Amino acid sequence: MHLAYPAVLSVLLFCTGLYGVLARRNAILVLMSVELMLNAVNLNLVAFDVWLSQAARDTLHSGQALTLFTIAIAAAEIGIGLAIVLAVYRARGTSDIDKLRDTAEARPGPEDDDTETAAPAMADKTEAAA
Amino acid sequence: MTTTTLAVLVPLLPFLGAAAGLLLGRTAPGYVRPLAVLPTLTATVLAVLVAVRQGGGRAINAATELTPTGSVPVELALHLDGFAVLVAVLVGLVASCVQIYSTGYLRDDPRYPSYAALISLFTSAMLLVVYSGDLIVLLVGWEIMGICSYFLVGHYWETPEARAASLKAFLVTKLGDVPFLFGLFALAADAGSFRITTVLGAVASGALDHPTLIALLLLAGVAGKSAQFPLHTWLPDAMAGPTPVSALIHAATMVAAGVYFIARLLPVFAASAAALVVLAVMAAVTMTGSALAALAQDDIKRVLAYSTIGQLGYMTGALAVGDRGAAVFHLLSHGAFKALLFLAAGVIIHAAGTNSLAAMSRMRDLRSRVPDAYWTMTVALLALAAIPPFAGFFSKEAVLGAAEHAAAGEAGAVPGSAGWIVLVSGLVTAILTAAYATRLWLLAFRGHGAEAPDHGPQPVVMNAVLWVLAVPSLAFGLTAGLLPDWFDGHPLTPTLTTSVLGTGLALVGGLVTYGAWRHTTTLAARVPLGAVAAHPEADAGVVEAEAIATHAPAYGDVAYAPDPADPGRLLLGPLHRHAAAGFHLDAVYSALFVRPVRAGAELVRFLDREVVDTYVRGAGTAPRWLGTAVRRAQTGNVQTYLSVLLAGSAVLAVVAVLVATRGA
Amino acid sequence: MTLAASSPGFLSPTGVEIAFLLVGVVTLGAAIVTVTTKQLVHAALWLVVALGGLAVEYLLLTAEFIAWVQVLIYVGSVVVLLLFGLMLTKAPIGRSPDADSGNRWAALTVAVASAATLIWVVVDAFRTTWIDLDAATAAAAGSDGSTAVTGASLFQSWVLPFEALSVLLLAALVGAIVLSRKAAAEGERPPRSQDKAPSGKDKAESDEIKAASGKDEAASGKEGAR
Repeated sequence: MHLAYPAVLSVLLFCTGLYGVLARRNAILVLMSVELMLNAVNLNLVAFDVWLSQAARDTLHSGQALTLFTIAIAAAEIGIGLAIVLAVYRARGTSDIDKLRDTAEARPGPEDDDTETAAPAMADKTEAAA
Repeated sequence: MTTTTLAVLVPLLPFLGAAAGLLLGRTAPGYVRPLAVLPTLTATVLAVLVAVRQGGGRAINAATELTPTGSVPVELALHLDGFAVLVAVLVGLVASCVQIYSTGYLRDDPRYPSYAALISLFTSAMLLVVYSGDLIVLLVGWEIMGICSYFLVGHYWETPEARAASLKAFLVTKLGDVPFLFGLFALAADAGSFRITTVLGAVASGALDHPTLIALLLLAGVAGKSAQFPLHTWLPDAMAGPTPVSALIHAATMVAAGVYFIARLLPVFAASAAALVVLAVMAAVTMTGSALAALAQDDIKRVLAYSTIGQLGYMTGALAVGDRGAAVFHLLSHGAFKALLFLAAGVIIHAAGTNSLAAMSRMRDLRSRVPDAYWTMTVALLALAAIPPFAGFFSKEAVLGAAEHAAAGEAGAVPGSAGWIVLVSGLVTAILTAAYATRLWLLAFRGHGAEAPDHGPQPVVMNAVLWVLAVPSLAFGLTAGLLPDWFDGHPLTPTLTTSVLGTGLALVGGLVTYGAWRHTTTLAARVPLGAVAAHPEADAGVVEAEAIATHAPAYGDVAYAPDPADPGRLLLGPLHRHAAAGFHLDAVYSALFVRPVRAGAELVRFLDREVVDTYVRGAGTAPRWLGTAVRRAQTGNVQTYLSVLLAGSAVLAVVAVLVATRGA
Repeated sequence: MTLAASSPGFLSPTGVEIAFLLVGVVTLGAAIVTVTTKQLVHAALWLVVALGGLAVEYLLLTAEFIAWVQVLIYVGSVVVLLLFGLMLTKAPIGRSPDADSGNRWAALTVAVASAATLIWVVVDAFRTTWIDLDAATAAAAGSDGSTAVTGASLFQSWVLPFEALSVLLLAALVGAIVLSRKAAAEGERPPRSQDKAPSGKDKAESDEIKAASGKDEAASGKEGAR
């Protein structure tokens, strides 16, 4: 089999995940996209492992071992990630990433009014949800 | 101790006194007076000792080089000849008198410690100039005097007059010092050394390439320091300082330094006939002009200031005709009687509560209030007017004799024209000098009108000093026969022609003034005039400061009073107004220098504010706009950040790949 | 590396290749739907398809142990976790119009540019590289299969990283618990019964959210005061 097939598939999956990370609004969907990116890397690792161990350049099966590690770490990551998302959701009442703008420059003037009007609106929303 | 060690101690002691005075002035006020008087007195005694040991014999030279200073070495050098030791004695004497006088005069002045220390420093600098055998060391003393005069003239810095006067003194003398410095460098470049002996040797062997240029450059500095036309304008204004300071500056230090410097380096000037003629013209203009101005002044101290300028004109005249013996002789006698005049004037101002002659002329019996000042001042004024047998007569006749000598063409390299210029102007000035001396005496001591206020007896130290100085004013002329041994050997005894001529003219001047006074004095009663100090019981220094500060508001000008009883007004006629203003030289300077400089400053200010600042503000505004623009990117949206980050990574990756594969 | 002249061309694919390509197309399609669908739960389900497709790809690449691990962990647990997450955060069932942020076009540009760059580089580098799967299968069969080989290398060469990984997993476990308990431990306001209540229950949830929104109001009040 051509090595180019798994490699290109891996690239496409990775970029799909990348798009998801950048474009999705819900934090959990972002996590799903991260999973896609991780799996793309795994595919790469497996394909290269097969190629390299067959060419006897690598006798340690590093590709497959690393794939296992990646899967384990991805499982841990998804656990932590979900915990964080839940904590944020509890604190803020939302899991939309583009509403979490605490790092934004605090602007004087009309912007302050925006945040003040936004906060009660958010509170209303959570009340309604309850 | 060797003579050299003694000579080193002479400038060193007042310097140490000044340093100690400045250090201890606040912590130990009790030591300030001893620290002010004793070092100066000791230095005077040592200076006398040095003079006796040197004895007018061969010059003593000693030098030590502290550190190599490049192509032209600078050495700590002493050059003790007859001129140096005698001038040092004068400096010491006058400085001691001034210090003692100041203890009474500025009795309650809160700034007395720093004042006394500065006087000591001033004295030390002058002694350094006198003894120094190296031109750079001399320059050090020269400049220290400049800065000390700035501080001392501005002693009453609360008054705007004193501030302006101190600045003016500093700026005008510095204006002369810049060419002076260039002249020193040019001289050293030609002669290959800063040592005076080497320089004089080079002059004697004709090694000087540009004598006229050097002489004229040096002359500028001398004109600034010795208050010669056209750089004399600072001196009358310097009267805003305390009277003892005026006495010190005018009698023995500062102004004497310039004359003394030319006397030291006379061969350099004599090497250029043009420089001598310029010197003669400068002296002539200075003495006649200042004598006319002195006749019109109302402030007693300004009269004395213009008289100083005139007497300095005599000295430079003597130098212009190549007779430094006569110049230094006049320097010594003038130092004695001018110090006396100023110190006595200080007493009178204190007693009268005013510095205005017009006000004094309306006071009866002022002379009985201050008998010591009256008698000593009479002596000093007679000396100033060159009446025999007072000191001024002998020294002035020596100058006139030297001028006559030169006019007759018997003085070697000196051009006859210089001799004639000095002789004629000297005789004219003799009349005027006698006239303003008489006017001063009559107005101050022969007033009519209300009884002079009684403020009690003057401090003993002030009166005692007057008598000490009266002795040389009276009798110094008798040494005229001995002095040539100390100097160049030219005879200094008066010749018959000039004596008769000079004395006759002086008598004429005095009598004419007396006649004019008799004529005008009747007017005095009709025009009441006069303002006296608000605190007549206070310290003499305070009274004087108040008198100076109130002169302009009371009479309209610092130098002028609208007094029809003034004999000077009758004598000068239409010239009086111009003479009172110093022939408007200040206005000329204002038009020539001050206004262009101010306009230039305005221009620079405009450029700085409108042009330079625009760039500065632009440099501030542009980053702020940039910052505002960049701040817009800080949306807080993590995904935006990440997008940009990855886009950048992609671009970098492409670039890296392209660069890596291009060579392949 | 095999020389270009001796390698098989792209125009005569083997059976394995055809299978790989077909599964790959399905996987990629599922992935694209995952990141574009408006229905959040569907996204999770399409993710299952994509991850399953990847497991098949692993099988085709003779890595059967990885393939089963993939199925077990990803399809079995990760996707379930994600679904739980969606439920806990009150993700709307059905089409939600605001699933994508306004950043979409920028994201698309970046993704396409990255894809173009990477494909260019990868194809340029590996277009002649050939994997001899038969030989790999034979080698694996010669030594008790691919799983045995993987296990041997894992517990011989990679044992130290493996142990380190267990520590990491422990840390992640503790971290996840701490993070989830944080809200309860911080404030005294939630009732004690909430700790015992199962976290999936709606009532406990709504209590929690009320508490959270109360806190939010307090926070916004503080901001207003400032």
